[in-house]
Amino acid sequence: MIYRGEDIIIRTISRMLIPFIQLYGLYVIMHGHYSPGGGFQGGVILGASLILLLLAYGYQDAKSRVPEKLLTVFSGVGVFIYAGTGFLCLVLLGNFLDYAMLAKILHTDAAHARSLGILSVEIGVGMAVMAVMVSIFLDISTGGVLPGEEEEKQKTAEEA
Amino acid sequence: MKFFGFLITLLTGAVLIYGTLDMPAYGDPDSPASRHVSPRYIEMTEIETATPNMVTSILADYRGYDTMGETTVIFTAGMSCIFLLRKRKS
Repeated sequence: MIYRGEDIIIRTISRMLIPFIQLYGLYVIMHGHYSPGGGFQGGVILGASLILLLLAYGYQDAKSRVPEKLLTVFSGVGVFIYAGTGFLCLVLLGNFLDYAMLAKILHTDAAHARSLGILSVEIGVGMAVMAVMVSIFLDISTGGVLPGEEEEKQKTAEEA
Repeated sequence: MKFFGFLITLLTGAVLIYGTLDMPAYGDPDSPASRHVSPRYIEMTEIETATPNMVTSILADYRGYDTMGETTVIFTAGMSCIFLLRKRKS
């Protein structure tokens, strides 16, 4: 179970740091073509920023920013973007994941189409990794019983 | 029975180590991988994919199918955690 921490220093510092951590995570994903990094690393950094938010504020207060249903959707959408890029190449009469075929719809030459294809799958990987990291953290730290859910269910049961 | 299992483990380990004896030395420039595959990637990455970072172009383009499997493994890990741990009251 993750409770809200009482330490104002931790809460303030993490509130100030989280936007910069997320910006750095996005930078690592987008700059994977030119420097070390890419979808996996950037996704883990983004996931770590959300885990820091959960640790500092507790699930009860942070769940509006990290809704677990959205995390499940994100992990699926990430894999879908990756496989979808591959199938798009199939539709454009190429091999599976042959990004050079994307040149037909992107109006660039084959080399730059492959560069953009790499970027698209990296974004998919980043989304999936970020969502799965936070989702596993939530499941393991709460033992599978997400706090708040039970109280809401009790409320609805009492009302009914 | 315990001794039997130990013997099988030892034998399998010995066979595996014997198998590594034929492998080229670590970083050997004359090994087949260094003579055919690596130079091809090093020379053509910039021209074919317009991506200066060779690691990224190999990971996501030349070996894209492998990376898709890796992403699916991570996705499966997340889904298994949800299915095994999360409790829902219906």
